[in-house]
Amino acid sequence: MLECLKREGVDIIFGLPGGAVLPIYDALYDFQGLRHILVRQEAAAGHAAEGYARATGKVGVCLVTSGPACTNLVTALQDAMMDSIPIVAFTGQVPTHLIGNDAFQEADNVGITRSATKHNFLVKDGKDLGPIIREAFHIAQTGRPGPVHVDLPKDILVKEAELIWPDKVTMRSYNPNYEGHAGQIKRAARSMVRAGKPVLYVGGGVISSNAHAELRELAELTEIPVTTTLMGLGAFPSEHPLSIEMLGMHGTYYANMAVHHSDVLIAVGARFDDRVTGRVDAFAPHAEIIHIDIDPSSISKNIKVDVPIVGDCRRVLRALVEAVREEMKTAGDGREGRRPWHAQIAEWKKTQPLRYDWDADVIKPQYVIQEISNLTRGEAMIVTGVGQHQMWAAQYYKFKHPRAWFTSGGLGTMGYGLPTAMGVQAAHPNKQVINIDGDGSFQMNSQEMATCFVEKLPVKTVIINNSGHGMVRQWQRIIYKERYCAIDLPGIPDWVKLAEAYGCVGLRVTKPSEVVPALEKMLSTPAPVILDVCVDKDECVFPMVPAGGANTDMILTPPTREVRDRAEKSQTGF
Amino acid sequence: MSGPPARTMTANGSEPRKHTISVLVENKFGVLSRVAGLFSARGYNIESLSVGETLDPTVSRMTLVVSGDEFVIEQVTKQLHKLIDVIKVNDLTDESHVERELMLIRVNAEPQHREEILRTADIFRAKVVDVTQVSFVLEATGDEGKLEALIELLRPMGIQEIVRTGKVAIARGPKTRPRKAEPAKRPRVSEDPRVVGFAD
Repeated sequence: MLECLKREGVDIIFGLPGGAVLPIYDALYDFQGLRHILVRQEAAAGHAAEGYARATGKVGVCLVTSGPACTNLVTALQDAMMDSIPIVAFTGQVPTHLIGNDAFQEADNVGITRSATKHNFLVKDGKDLGPIIREAFHIAQTGRPGPVHVDLPKDILVKEAELIWPDKVTMRSYNPNYEGHAGQIKRAARSMVRAGKPVLYVGGGVISSNAHAELRELAELTEIPVTTTLMGLGAFPSEHPLSIEMLGMHGTYYANMAVHHSDVLIAVGARFDDRVTGRVDAFAPHAEIIHIDIDPSSISKNIKVDVPIVGDCRRVLRALVEAVREEMKTAGDGREGRRPWHAQIAEWKKTQPLRYDWDADVIKPQYVIQEISNLTRGEAMIVTGVGQHQMWAAQYYKFKHPRAWFTSGGLGTMGYGLPTAMGVQAAHPNKQVINIDGDGSFQMNSQEMATCFVEKLPVKTVIINNSGHGMVRQWQRIIYKERYCAIDLPGIPDWVKLAEAYGCVGLRVTKPSEVVPALEKMLSTPAPVILDVCVDKDECVFPMVPAGGANTDMILTPPTREVRDRAEKSQTGF
Repeated sequence: MSGPPARTMTANGSEPRKHTISVLVENKFGVLSRVAGLFSARGYNIESLSVGETLDPTVSRMTLVVSGDEFVIEQVTKQLHKLIDVIKVNDLTDESHVERELMLIRVNAEPQHREEILRTADIFRAKVVDVTQVSFVLEATGDEGKLEALIELLRPMGIQEIVRTGKVAIARGPKTRPRKAEPAKRPRVSEDPRVVGFAD
């Protein structure tokens, strides 16, 4: 089995051993060319594999045992499923003759992971192992990428079997379509060139298919402003003149306004998630919608699409650039007609930029992110947990490169930060990997500090510590009439002491003036560091579109009574 | 250039109706639960489902009857097609096709009713497959309308039990013939043949 992995080009596996996978670990004992990173909890193995996969563009691999190990892993699988991250997860299983017997550490692994994976396999015969591993890697990284799970009964691992390694994977039932429909591409080009108020809406698919260069070419050729989703950050440089940054629930005012008023909206590798669209009937109501996606089922799932193009983002964008050039020959470049549109966007940018109130005594979380962005010049690999800190990181970090932003977008998995950062650091030992986390989120996988220390993965964690579940607090404040419930995490644990207990370096800052020196110290420390930044606990993420509201119903400032009443009315549930 | 004001998927969706969807799948264990799981996970309802091997023993055919409007059915077909073990998805509803279902029905057979039951069975070309002093078991095949009619006629005698297989369906005409005589094409969300055209 290890030979199979090596043939697939795997160099690192994240895992945690147990009874059912002992034969693999026994083989690992003297197997050359595979690094095994021992995590402290199985979900972390999955997240680390996700980090590795997104950082490198290769398939991430994790290996855990049967029963509880598999159930722990499910969160990471579903996370990879929602965010289309290619990983292959191996789990142990009780010997085939015991399956269904309620044996020790038995669970119906494939039954449990069925809906959380793109596909899964139970190996029932040793001779199938090679072909199944081959298919698993093929499925994970082709088409719309996703997690694939392979369940390995112990007796299959013990029995000697001849290695069958097919040269090529051919599956009659699985042939993703990569080339976009030429006629549709032409139609899209025609609309784009003639549009007066176009917007490119770019998602994680552009990063998965390495289409950032093509995207930039298309945007600059047509001078169409670009907004990215949370997963698409890094696909287009945040500081590019055409960038209008992130859209959606916590997107910028100008991105949401531009999308709302657009006449042609070109969605590339994005899926019209509810956090992006807000109320669907009020989303881009005047626009002709062009949707480029590898997954046919994403098209017209949430929003009715006018020009669907099924295919790989990179190939379609390349064809689209050509088609646009062709179209411009006859129709002109249309830039003149878009002047008022650019002026309007510039106006929105000027009147409603991202902003927060500076305070000389209390640290504002946004300020911390800005300083991280400045000190690393947008070159660091940024990982986040889930919550307010995630949104501030998305808003205030200035991204330059693709595959440098790691966040749990679809599933919103708290605790994602640290283990994912480990995977990123393992893939890029010489890069600066910074995990921007929240005190609530970090606690869900803080045990991985041990892995960071032992495996020499110098991940830097900045805890935006507001002594509570800040995002929940924000909702309770704005929408539930300040009836705060079950959100306090009153300064426990002491993160500095905990970091030290795990062999990491712990730092703490409480005043704005200390932030930059502490960040500098953190960045120059060659070991894992936990920097506890005690921030203003009342700070909220703005703009904010209340769930169920239209994107134009953005709340831009801390709520007054009137705003709160409005938010309450448009609220249809969390 | 401007699109429709409302973009919700149901606002301009059609009326829900029954669709017969024929699905070719790999004959592997777990496929049935993948298909069933797809429906339960997305809140779609299966009205009937039947599975059987095809000429090629590595391939099975599932016939699904699903109720929904155009958008639901389009998602159902796309999601089915997305499953790795699904080879082909074909919505037969608006094609010329034959649908059949087999039903076993146990009905009370009081002496004064026996003649009438047999006569009814004869009209519906149903067979008596089990007989006792007080009951008959009839075997009937047909489309939904015929079976429902039979049930209604037998109901006054007292039906004890009904067992139905669920619908199976097959397209009319030779397999290689290009499809024609399709009713006016329903408005599809997309016209890209690659989006919806995988059905054939």
